[in-house]
Amino acid sequence: MTWSLAGRTMTSRLLLGTGGLPHTGLLPDLLAATGPAAVTVSMRRASGTARGGLLEVLRTHEVPVLPNTAGCTSAREAVLTARLAREALGTDWVKLEVIGDETSLLPDAVGLLDAAAELVADGFTVLPYSTDDPVLARRLADVGCAAVMPLGSPIGSGLGVLNPFAIESVVAAVDVPVVLDAGIGTASDAALAIELGCDAVLAASAVTRAADPVAMGHALALGVRAGALARCAGRIPRLAGARASSPAEGRIS
Amino acid sequence: MPDLTLNGEPRSVPAGTTLRDLVPVADGVAVAVDGEVVPRGRLATHTLADGQRVEIVTAVQGG
Repeated sequence: MTWSLAGRTMTSRLLLGTGGLPHTGLLPDLLAATGPAAVTVSMRRASGTARGGLLEVLRTHEVPVLPNTAGCTSAREAVLTARLAREALGTDWVKLEVIGDETSLLPDAVGLLDAAAELVADGFTVLPYSTDDPVLARRLADVGCAAVMPLGSPIGSGLGVLNPFAIESVVAAVDVPVVLDAGIGTASDAALAIELGCDAVLAASAVTRAADPVAMGHALALGVRAGALARCAGRIPRLAGARASSPAEGRIS
Repeated sequence: MPDLTLNGEPRSVPAGTTLRDLVPVADGVAVAVDGEVVPRGRLATHTLADGQRVEIVTAVQGG
């Protein structure tokens, strides 16, 4: 049950964020437990001090590195950050974030669309973090984004998929892959996202801030697999009333 | 002595200083001057000038 992202065949439906991980020493075990399709990193000013070998670990495990533009609050900042990431990491893939509000960390739809269009024109494979709005998702796909990444709930909230109907609407609205990108709290949230039709899930805090990040990573990896199996298996319809599963005939009286 | 802004902080460098002199040789590092990325291959020939805003970034845990 593979899926395809920008022409690349993916066997894992889990993308992993590294933000919040207590120390990079956990990464090898976490990568082994999750087998992620990609791992996100952020671009920040170099302090000149050692960085704990984050990239070295990712390169050693041959995991695709997906830089993000986290923290950017304008299209201009996000575009420059994406270009710096391309130069630094040698990838033209970018998880595009343009944050519109420091409290909710919700995306700025206008800035996001502007930045996406500019980066697509510049040759990037753009994966935009967006609201769960099917109209915005379609606009992002129309300007050439390789996927759309609607939020399930606010970044780091762990509230799961607050509006399953909206996520299904996003899935129905676009022909590109849909990656649920924020709000995952536990394995059942990841399974639900896939059952709703998402191709993959990106989780960071759910894993990195869990009491046992490696165990939670493993749980989420199983969750997305369970969700994909369930999606393919064809769930029963939801009924307003009961429907007996045991035969009506032959009951004693 | 060109006066720069290096990663948001004021910094004076000797005349003739190039980006190569400022930027660590490492995987995952990139440089922008006044909002434009300077490719790795041009660091040694990019001489810094007064008033330039230099950003040196690297990959960290995130997202």
